[in-house]
Amino acid sequence: MSDISADGLDANGLVLAADGTPLKRSLARAMRRQKLRALLLVAPLLIFVLLTFIVPIASMLFRSVENDIVSNTLPNTVQELGRWDASTSELPPEPVFEAMFFDMFIAAEAKRHTRLGTRLNYEQTGISSLFRQTGRKLDDIGKVTKKPLEAFDSAWKDGETWYAIFNAGDAPASKNLMKSQRGLLKRLTSDPASGDVNFSPRADVTKLLPKAAREYTAWAIFTAVQDEKDPATRDPWESVYTALILDLKTADLSGYTGPNEDLLKAAQAADLPVPAFSEAFADMDKDWATPVPWKTIQTHSGLYTSGYFLNAIDAQKTDDGVAWQPENKQILLKLFGRTLIMSLIITGSCIMLGYPIAWLLSNVSARNANLLLILVLLPFWTSLLVRTSAWKVMLQQNGVINEVLVWIGLVPDAERLILINNQFGTIVAMTHILLPFMILPMYSVMSTIPPVYLRAAKSMGATNWTAFWRVYFPQSIPGIGAGSILVFILSIGYYITPEIVGGTKGVFISNRIAYHISSSLNWGLAAALGTILLVVVLALYWAYDRIVGIDNVKLG
Amino acid sequence: MADTKNNDAFVEFERVQKSYDGVNLVVKDLNLSMPRGEFLTMLGPSGSGKTTCLMMLAGFETATHGDIRLGGTSINNIPPHKRGIGMVFQNYALFPHMTVAENLAFPLEVRKIGKSEREEKVMRALGMVQMQDFAGRRPSQLSGGQQQRIALSRALVFEPELVLMDEPLGALDKQLRETLQFEITKLAHELGITTVYVTHDQTEALTMSDRVAVFDDGRIQQLAPPDKLYEEPENSFVAQFIGENNTLEGVVKEIKGGVALVQLDNGDLIDAKPINVAQAGQRTRVSIRPERVEMDKSRLQPDAHTLKAEVLEFIYMGDIFRTRLRVAGKDDFVIKTRNAPDQVRLTPGQIIDIGWLAEDCRALDA
Repeated sequence: MSDISADGLDANGLVLAADGTPLKRSLARAMRRQKLRALLLVAPLLIFVLLTFIVPIASMLFRSVENDIVSNTLPNTVQELGRWDASTSELPPEPVFEAMFFDMFIAAEAKRHTRLGTRLNYEQTGISSLFRQTGRKLDDIGKVTKKPLEAFDSAWKDGETWYAIFNAGDAPASKNLMKSQRGLLKRLTSDPASGDVNFSPRADVTKLLPKAAREYTAWAIFTAVQDEKDPATRDPWESVYTALILDLKTADLSGYTGPNEDLLKAAQAADLPVPAFSEAFADMDKDWATPVPWKTIQTHSGLYTSGYFLNAIDAQKTDDGVAWQPENKQILLKLFGRTLIMSLIITGSCIMLGYPIAWLLSNVSARNANLLLILVLLPFWTSLLVRTSAWKVMLQQNGVINEVLVWIGLVPDAERLILINNQFGTIVAMTHILLPFMILPMYSVMSTIPPVYLRAAKSMGATNWTAFWRVYFPQSIPGIGAGSILVFILSIGYYITPEIVGGTKGVFISNRIAYHISSSLNWGLAAALGTILLVVVLALYWAYDRIVGIDNVKLG
Repeated sequence: MADTKNNDAFVEFERVQKSYDGVNLVVKDLNLSMPRGEFLTMLGPSGSGKTTCLMMLAGFETATHGDIRLGGTSINNIPPHKRGIGMVFQNYALFPHMTVAENLAFPLEVRKIGKSEREEKVMRALGMVQMQDFAGRRPSQLSGGQQQRIALSRALVFEPELVLMDEPLGALDKQLRETLQFEITKLAHELGITTVYVTHDQTEALTMSDRVAVFDDGRIQQLAPPDKLYEEPENSFVAQFIGENNTLEGVVKEIKGGVALVQLDNGDLIDAKPINVAQAGQRTRVSIRPERVEMDKSRLQPDAHTLKAEVLEFIYMGDIFRTRLRVAGKDDFVIKTRNAPDQVRLTPGQIIDIGWLAEDCRALDA
């Protein structure tokens, strides 16, 4: 026990509870149960929101910087390219081409090379078709080595020959190689690549013939896991032949004793030709003979990229830094600007139209106010799609408004007004749809302003207008603020209405995001655009808080 | 009743009626005339029409019928902001988004008074209520009493000749109310302003006013100075409404020499001064103030009628004793006696004789 003075303080001046424990600790203990219970009460919703809202959004936004597809698809190439100095404007050295051949071979077998092509095409137009073509023609290089080997000894035609050489069986196996190749395939195909393969690479062969063992292992895993076939009886990929020929050039087989050792030694002695990878690539597509695709791969080989964000603001990452996109591709900044300006116009129109209604609502008798409120809320109970489509009917060139204008002779039949599929259509329809979000906060603020203020102002000699402008209006500003924030934030991210009535000129940034999500499948750019939109909204909210003060916003 | 044709009348209501729904009259035939500088209080229960009268005078309600005149000219068709009447509202109605000084400057600004003169007038008006130090505060930073002082000085800052106050002290506690009652009357008299004050608090009305108009059922029941109102109520509503009062009901037996003999419902006879009764046989309600009841027969006239009363309750209240009695079958008869050294303290169960001077007991309408 610490010594307790008469006033319940211990030596350090902390207040103590009756039993001598510090009061803070005993309070915390008493509150713990309550806190736990409160937490349990909110837990279901919290978990629900976390799983269905926060986690998906976070992972979606993460895509805006995620870029592991390059290094997952071309792991060895990326590593080799790291040693290449792109500024010399020379082609990369032969090992890069060799690594590219093996990487692309596996990627093409897994049909993942087109995905990478699509990704890199965002940065350099034309790469997508280059990759697709290359994927088709890779076998040609492989055949250059496969045919001579099979011609030299037909035993190489049998899958069993290969399996006997590389499979460990009872001999020591190289677990590292197995693990790394499983990992490679897992990253490439997003398939766990686990399960029984009926193969494990022989440790001593792995040391002697590293490239061939590497490719064979990759093939064996792929065959067993993806194709669900037994690697023991099947022919390996052409790339394995190429790898073996490459290995035989340098391998020292003198001390090797194992299955098919004669076959291997004979093949080495035959000194079969190795393909020239750089020439072979140039043959497939002359673009490979230029540094351009290599630079693109090197520039975008990082695990994370700022490329999507740069694209989102009409810039791009090049090998010598950040540059603007070509003039004709600069559309997104303009679209952001248009979205902001149109949202401001919509907010402004909502204020102009909503203020008198809100004033009326808060100044008529309760029964009339209810009726009016129902009229205001009525659109809420109608489907958004129906309301937007109704505007389409109203505004189109053969629509209600044009017909009436033509009928009363204000507009000649040949020159009907274009009211839809442009910015005007979007502004009209969205003002109508968002109006209740302006009226309701305004009304709830105005209904708290007692009419006695207006009377007081008039009794002091103010005219109706002065009384309104000097006394009533300043007190209704919090309602305008709340309504404006609500309408502005809703409209800046609006999608359906601009999509239906906006045509090409009246669409918002959200429509572009939707396009990249569902049509162009450039999710990274969509995520970057979404992130920028979110940041803009938060920044505006922050600015509003600094200028007007969020305390002044009242929703009721 | 007030005389309506008065040449030095400043505020006049002539045959004013008001109806909101076209069926019921809220104000029925109101006639009132106020000389310049008078402090007049409209007193009455809620719904008696007093606030409606004030709002008609301010211009926020229009009279359905009749004429309201200010300084001899009819103001029926003049909008409120041109009437130049100062007004103090029940909940102060200080503009929350302006400082105290801005609130006070508002009526001057709308009158296009120059900045320096405006500031001088604002400070003078704040000085009248000793609130100069609060010029930069917001109304929400002030207590209720301070807010009401500001509201008062705002109503006075543009020097109106007529000031209307609509239950201005209703939201304050008793002590503050008394202080402000005093301040308001003092200011009104010093500045010579004509004031119409609406309240439902009779003490406030009695202590502040030159004259009090008691409202009930859309009519002025009595318009008189406070003392006259208390001592000489003209009808039983006023007698009941103003101060504490004992009432007994009966029939007039005879009226002779300015004294009415009234037979109560239980047969007892009492003397009263006839006010609203003219002849024998009329039913009447007699009214006697608790402090005018006598227990000492020697202080009454020898032939005065007395009543037997049973003491029910004796309450010691410090300066006075309050005794509840059963008289003529009713057990809410109250007498008040001064706490003097020779004063008897009654005990419950005691039977005593009570009586009064005929002029203290008023025979009113039934």
